[in-house]
Amino acid sequence: MSGHNESILREPLITGQNITYAKITDDILTPVENKPNRAWWIGFIVALMGATLWVVAVSYTFWNGIGAWGLNKTVGWAWDITGFVWWVGIGHAGTLISAVLLLFRQNWRNSINRSAEAMTIFAVICAATYVVSHMGRPWLAYWVLPLPNQFGSLWVNFNSPLVWDMFAISTYFSVSLLFWYTGLLPDIATIRDRAVGLKRKIYTVLSFGWTGNVKTWQRFEAVSLILAGISTPLVLSVHTIVSMDFATSVIPGWHTTIFPPYFVAGAIFSGFAMVLTLLLVARKVLGLENYITMFHIESMNKIIILTGSIVGVAYLTEFFIAWYSGSEYEQYAFINRSTGPYWWAYWMMMTCNVISPQLLWFKKIRTSIPATWILSIVVNIGMWFERFVIIVTSLHRDYIPSSWAMFYPTWVDVGVFVGSIGVFFTLFLLFLRVLPSIAIAEVKLLLKSASEQAKLEQIKDGHLDKEQVREYVESLEKFDSVKQEEYAKI
Amino acid sequence: MSNIKYILGSFGDPDEMMHGIEKLQENNIKIHDVYTPMPIHGIEAKLGVKRSRLDIAAFCFGITGTMTMLSFVYYAAVLDWPVNIGGKPHFALPDFIPITFELTILFCAFGLVGSYYASTHLFPGRAPRVMDLRATDDRFIIAIDAKENAEHSKIDGLLKEAGALEIKYNERKYISYE
Repeated sequence: MSGHNESILREPLITGQNITYAKITDDILTPVENKPNRAWWIGFIVALMGATLWVVAVSYTFWNGIGAWGLNKTVGWAWDITGFVWWVGIGHAGTLISAVLLLFRQNWRNSINRSAEAMTIFAVICAATYVVSHMGRPWLAYWVLPLPNQFGSLWVNFNSPLVWDMFAISTYFSVSLLFWYTGLLPDIATIRDRAVGLKRKIYTVLSFGWTGNVKTWQRFEAVSLILAGISTPLVLSVHTIVSMDFATSVIPGWHTTIFPPYFVAGAIFSGFAMVLTLLLVARKVLGLENYITMFHIESMNKIIILTGSIVGVAYLTEFFIAWYSGSEYEQYAFINRSTGPYWWAYWMMMTCNVISPQLLWFKKIRTSIPATWILSIVVNIGMWFERFVIIVTSLHRDYIPSSWAMFYPTWVDVGVFVGSIGVFFTLFLLFLRVLPSIAIAEVKLLLKSASEQAKLEQIKDGHLDKEQVREYVESLEKFDSVKQEEYAKI
Repeated sequence: MSNIKYILGSFGDPDEMMHGIEKLQENNIKIHDVYTPMPIHGIEAKLGVKRSRLDIAAFCFGITGTMTMLSFVYYAAVLDWPVNIGGKPHFALPDFIPITFELTILFCAFGLVGSYYASTHLFPGRAPRVMDLRATDDRFIIAIDAKENAEHSKIDGLLKEAGALEIKYNERKYISYE
């Protein structure tokens, strides 16, 4: 690990001077070990109000049935499945960061994986609540499980993508939870060993008795690697199966083979946007600028350009294939999407997902925190509209013009959606208070090799190529957490 | 002296700690265990920790999941209640690949993590056997059994020479039990 230096050409993953192992622990545990500040309370109260709205709206739905929503017999799926797919998609970035980037040995994942995984879990919880609440008779939710016939029905239909989806979402949720919690054990032990009284007792139970001895750490790394290996195909399978809910049907606009890769790219796209929305605020409020640096932000923005462009290509491909298929229903579905009564939703999607993320090609924009934050929200608005467009515009004009209809949401639809955002933020803000928002142990691994101070040592030692040093110092200019004066004299 | 159970060398730097391990081993002093706040690569070879067999376990659990799902679907869709859907085969394998895959992953993940917890004795509520509270924060601790290795002053010297910031003589094995 240490002993050899990392190339000076790589940008630092931890900035700041005089960072020690103890300082990393202190910095990251500040929100856990102290009373929350005003910003946290304001956020929490607003989120809690949203969560209350969710409870009201969902209870209303349970009491009155899904007739409380704006669905009609033509548009039988609307905001419910839009919200479900939106949340599942957002969840994907967490697993991508924790699993795929681990396999690719991208060390910058170390400081963002914990909160991204937490985000995954909370997003999947929000998605799962949609699944239950759109069932109509949610007390019979267990009917989706493969239970024997004494329950009064046949076995579930194993040929149905909805059953696959149940398997996929529940596996995804439980495996993500397992991965996240196992990774948390060493950090919970850190909190435990610094706490006193009742807090120590609670964290003792939660820490599973972690001590950090050699064998446990060695096995820990083996487990992380294997879990990453199996989570990678898992995360790809989840949105593939979600897309099959649509793609295996015969509805024009849904019946396309491009859906699985297109949905997966869109999921990663929206997930990274949500990670940025959360972390840009969290790093400021929690004072974690040295650990979540401009390099992390820029890297995530690059992934957003990539996946956003894949999504853009997918939109165009869909259009081309609709024309090329020669199927008039398919052709009509797409003409109707872009020029029919829902044209504004379609162009909202196009603008937010395809056009505006292209601004990130400009270095000025992708290294600007306000611009990135606004774009990250724009992306998620776009991704919500994408699902809305796919679901509602494909349904609202079916084969008989007499049954054509529009979808108008009721206050309950809006309440469930806005409320689910409240539930998500409530859970996330609670997480920031009780668990470390950055993987402490994993960040400590980077201190001796990939930190700004280690690289400054290297420069001061001399022996480095002048050209490379100059390039490195130039790359530091975009960092908001680097003191540029340090480098003025070099 | 006789009450001392463990000698702990507390290092502030992982490289110095690795150096300390080498020093001790050169002098045939057996190391009980090492506690660190983060994984140290290469340490397991020095301390003779055997290669993990968790990958084999993970594979076995995974394949169990595959077999479980395939046989279960065969039972449900072919033996127990076959449904004739337009004369299509009851056992429509391509349709069962997604759920088989999911169950493979589910069994693999839970089996793997379960085996890991079992083999390293991690479970909710287990009393943490901590020798030094800073081992999860900023110290790298080498623990030496004081009863087995009698030359305490020599150990002390070796640890200091390697760069130990602090040397503790613990009269109890685990301080966290207090």
